[in-house]
Amino acid sequence: MTLLKETDFGTPPAQATTMVTLEIDGQPVTVPEGTSIMRAAMELGTQIPKLCATDMVKPFGSCRLCIVEIEGRKGTPASCTTPVAEGLKVKTQSDRLLHLRRGVMELYISDHPLDCLTCSANGDCELQDMAGAVGLREVRYGFEGKNHIAARTSDGAVNASYKPKDSTNPYFTFDPAKCIVCLRCVRACEEVQGTFALTVDGRGFDSQIAAGQDEGFLASECVSCGACVQACPTATLMENSVIARGQPEHTVLTTCAYCGVGCSFKAEMRGDEVIRMVPHKDGGANEGHSCVKGRFAWGYATHQDRITTPMIRERTTDPWREVTWDEAIGFAASRFKDIQKKYGMGAIGGITSSRCTNEEVFAVQKMVRAAFGVNNVDTCARVCHSPTGYGLSKTFGTSAGTQNFKSVDKADVILVIGASPTDGHPVFASRLKKRIRQGAKLIVVDPRETGMVRSPHVQAVHHLALLPGTNVAIINALAHVILTEGLDNTSFIAERCDLAEFARWADFISDPRHAPEAVEHITRVPAAEVRAAARLYATGGNGAIYYGLGVTEHSQGTTMVMGMANLAMLTGNIGREGVGVNPLRGQNNVQGSCDMGSFPHELAGYRHISDSSVRGTFERDWNVTLDPEPGLRIPNMLAAAVDGSFKGIFIQGEDIAQSDPNTQHVTAGLAAMDCVVVQDLFLNETAAYAHVFLPGTSFLEKDGTFTNAERRINRVRPCMAPQSGKHEWQAVSELASAMGYPMAYGHSSEIMDEIARLTPGFAHVSFKMLDERGSVQWPCNDAAPDGTPIMHVKGFVRGKGRFMLTDYVPTPERSNTRYPLILTTGRTLTQYNVGAQTRRTGNVAWHPEDILEIHPHDAEVRGISAGQLVSLTSRVGGTTLRAHITERIPVGVVYTTFHHPVTGANVITTDYSDWATNCPEYKVTAVQVGLTNAASDWQTQWTEHRKASTRREAKAQ
Amino acid sequence: MMAETETETLTRMANQIAGFFAPYGEAEAVKEVAAHINAFWEPRMRRALLAHLDQGGAGLSPPVIAAAGLIRRPA
Repeated sequence: MTLLKETDFGTPPAQATTMVTLEIDGQPVTVPEGTSIMRAAMELGTQIPKLCATDMVKPFGSCRLCIVEIEGRKGTPASCTTPVAEGLKVKTQSDRLLHLRRGVMELYISDHPLDCLTCSANGDCELQDMAGAVGLREVRYGFEGKNHIAARTSDGAVNASYKPKDSTNPYFTFDPAKCIVCLRCVRACEEVQGTFALTVDGRGFDSQIAAGQDEGFLASECVSCGACVQACPTATLMENSVIARGQPEHTVLTTCAYCGVGCSFKAEMRGDEVIRMVPHKDGGANEGHSCVKGRFAWGYATHQDRITTPMIRERTTDPWREVTWDEAIGFAASRFKDIQKKYGMGAIGGITSSRCTNEEVFAVQKMVRAAFGVNNVDTCARVCHSPTGYGLSKTFGTSAGTQNFKSVDKADVILVIGASPTDGHPVFASRLKKRIRQGAKLIVVDPRETGMVRSPHVQAVHHLALLPGTNVAIINALAHVILTEGLDNTSFIAERCDLAEFARWADFISDPRHAPEAVEHITRVPAAEVRAAARLYATGGNGAIYYGLGVTEHSQGTTMVMGMANLAMLTGNIGREGVGVNPLRGQNNVQGSCDMGSFPHELAGYRHISDSSVRGTFERDWNVTLDPEPGLRIPNMLAAAVDGSFKGIFIQGEDIAQSDPNTQHVTAGLAAMDCVVVQDLFLNETAAYAHVFLPGTSFLEKDGTFTNAERRINRVRPCMAPQSGKHEWQAVSELASAMGYPMAYGHSSEIMDEIARLTPGFAHVSFKMLDERGSVQWPCNDAAPDGTPIMHVKGFVRGKGRFMLTDYVPTPERSNTRYPLILTTGRTLTQYNVGAQTRRTGNVAWHPEDILEIHPHDAEVRGISAGQLVSLTSRVGGTTLRAHITERIPVGVVYTTFHHPVTGANVITTDYSDWATNCPEYKVTAVQVGLTNAASDWQTQWTEHRKASTRREAKAQ
Repeated sequence: MMAETETETLTRMANQIAGFFAPYGEAEAVKEVAAHINAFWEPRMRRALLAHLDQGGAGLSPPVIAAAGLIRRPA
C-alpha cells in the first residue's frame, strides 16, 4: 500500500452512548456526548488547524490555532477543549479566525528555524502544514530577537536560550531548537506510556522540554518507547533512521516479533528498506502504542552476523562449509534416515519456535509427525507456558487466556503474579498503569519489587513479596481467606461450577493449614497483608489476574495455574470484561505455536494424539499413518540423547543451549547427537553443536500469522524478500520431501487453509479474512464467526468449571549453608530472551551485560561492593558477573537476567521441573555468591568453544 | 551435583505427579498418576519406569507403585 496516514481526529473518542447533533459549517453531524468540536468536525472531514492536539492524548488547549466561532457564544473557543452540545452552530473558518490563526502562526515561526528543505521532517511536518493551512506569508517580527534557534545571538554573544541537540538515545534525536513547546511529547509520556519522564522546564518564553532532571534522554528514566517521537509535530523528536535515510514512501502493515503482546506496526518503507516502524492505531493489541524493542530494535534483521547461505559440516569440530540448499537438505535428510535405520524411528525429532509464524510452526510439526513418522516434536513453550495449557484446560477446559488486553480498562482490582509487565510486556504495562491511574487497585505477588510495585502515580496497594517457590502456599492462603470469611460468589459457583468438585475443594482449602498465619513462615509474607489482599480481590469489583513465568517456571507451575483459576471461579471473576485469568506469554507466538500442535502429545487444537478420530482426520488429510503414542518433550529428548537412544534433531529458531536450564546437560545432549539441524538467523549457541545450518527469515521477510497472548491472530507481512532465497516453510517442506514424504505448498496462505481445515477453533480463519478484518481472536468458526474476545462468557468450555485440589509441595531444590541464597531469573525491558536479536541493536546502550541483583545485607556480609565481579554458583555450575546492590530484591534472594551467552545464567539453573509438564524450574535455584576476580571455568571454556565452533571455511576464490 | 541416572529422573518425576494427586486420596491418585503417565510419557520413558517397577520400584511413592498395572505397556 502507499504510505498509510491514519486520520488524526485531534482528541480521543468519547465513550458516551448518548448522541448529540450539531451543525458545523452548515453541515449536521451526530456524535457521542463529550466529543470535542474538533473531533466532530473531523468526522465530517473538516480538519480544523491544530498543533498541540492529537488524538493519542487528551486535549490541552494551548496552541490556540484550533479556534472556532460558535453562534451565540462569545469569543473564539478552542475546538479541542470545547465539547459538542445539542444544536450548536459552529463556524471553522472566517476572516476573524483566519487573522487570529495567522497571528498565532507568525509568532510560532518567529522562533523556528527556516531550514525546511534540509529538515528531517520535510514532508512530514505539521508545523509546515499549518503554516500552509493558515496562509502564512510573512513573519513581521523577524528572527533577530530573543530565540531558541541560534547558538549565538547576532552580536556574537552566547544565546542562553539555546540548547544543543541531545543525541544520547541511540534511536532518536531531540533538537530543542525546533521545539514549539506544544507538550505533546510530555503528555504522550504521561498518558500513553505512563513513565512521566518528560517535563517542561522554565516558564513563559523560557519553557523548554527536559528529560528527567534535564540529564539527557539516555540517562533519564525515559524508556525509549517512542510515544513522544510519534506525538511530535515537528522535527524536534525524530528517528535517527529518518534523519539518516529520509522520509518513507510506502507502508507494510505487520506484527512485532518480540513479546506476546503482539503489537501491530506500520513498517514505513523506502523500496525494501525499513525507514521506521510506527505502531498502528488500529492494532487491536496495542492501539497505537509501542515499546523500545518493537519500535526501534529491528536492525538485527539486516545485521552483518546474519547467515544467509546454508552450511554443513561432518563433525562439529570441523569448520562450516557453505553449500547449496539442495546439498544442505540432502545432507540432513540422509543423516536423519541413517539414524532411523540404525537406532529406530524414535531416534529423531524436532523443536518448533514461538518466534516463527503459525504456518512455519505447523510445517515443522507436520514434518516431524508425517515425514519423520514420530511425535517427538516439542516447542519452546515447554520451558515457559506449558503449565498454563495444562492448568487452564483442567479447570476451564481450554488452554487460553480468558480476555483481550482491552478488558483491563474495566478491571477494578488487578492481581499481577510472577510477572514484570514493564519489562516483559511493556505495551500492556502502559495500559495497566493507565487503568491504575484511573483508580483501579493493584496487588503484586512477586519476590522482587518490580516496575509495577511503585512508579510515578502507580503504587501497589499490597506487594506480597514472597520467597521464590512458595506461590502455591500464597494462592491457597488467598482462597482460604475468601472462602472462610464468606466472601465467595456463591451464585456464580452454583450456576457455573461442578458442585461436587467445589465441595471437595472447599473442604480441602478451609483446612487451617492453608491459613495465611499457618504459611507465613513458608512464604515470609505477613498474614495480615495476605488477608487484606484477599478481601480486596474478592470485594473490590472486577478482579483480573495477570501472570507470567514467575508462576509457571516452578516445580509446582501447573498447580499454581490451577490455584489462580480456582480463585477466579471462587469470586466469579470469569466470563465478562474486566476479569479473567490471563497469561502474559513470553514470545510473540507462544500461543500460536501451542495451538499449532507443537506438543508431543497433541495435534493442532489441543487434541490428544491417542484420539483415533482426531488422528484419522489428520491421517486422511496428510495421507499418512500417525503414531498414537505421545512423543518426547524437550527435556526428555535431551535425556534420551545422553542415554544414547535419541540421535538427531531439527531445531527451528530456538537456542536451547542458551535458553534451557542446566546448560551443561543440554550441551551434553546435543554433543551426543549425530545430526543437529539448526534453522536460525544467526550462528547461535546451539549452532555450535550443529551439523547443518539452514538460514532462517526475520519477521521482516516472513509472510504468515502470529497469535498473541489474547489469542489474536495477526498478519505478518513481508517487507522484503527472504535474504536466504527461501521461506522457512519451503526449506522444511523440502526436507520432509527429501525424507520421503512429499510436502509442498505454493504459498503460506495454503498452510493456513490446511490449519483451518483441520482445527475447529480456526475454521473460519484465512489470510483473506485477516486482510479484510485486520485480526481475529480464536475460536473463530460457525459458533463464533466474529471470533472470541472473551472466553467462557456463557459457560466454561469444559461445561462446568472444575476446582482442583492444589496442595503446596515444596520444591526439591533447597537452600542450605553451602548454597544459602535463592537465585531467581527474569528479563529486562531492553533485551529479549537470549538476546540474539536485541544484542545486535542499539539496545545494548541500556543493558550491555547481565548483572546480579543482591540485597545490601547479603552484599555486606560477603564484602561485596557495587559493580564488583562476583561468582555465582549452584549445585550444577558456576559463572561470574557484576553485582548490583539493590533493595528491590529481598534478603536471601538474588536475581539475574539471561540475555548474554557469556553470562551463562542457565549454567546455574537445575533439571528440576514442573510435575505435570516438565517446564523447568528456572525461578528457584539455591546458590552462593562471593567475590572473585576471574571468569568461571565454564565461561573460559565457552569462549574457547565458541571460537572453535563458529569457524567457517574460506570461500574458494 | 552428580547427574541423576535415568531411573532417578523418572522416579522423581513420577513421585512429583503422585505428590500432586495425593490430596485426592489413594484410589483416585493411583488412577490419575497412571492416566497422566499414559497421556504424557513417551513409550521408552514408560518402558524404563515399568522396568524399574518390575524390580520393586525402589524410591517410588506408594501411588506410583500401585499404578503399575494401569500404566500402558509399550508394544
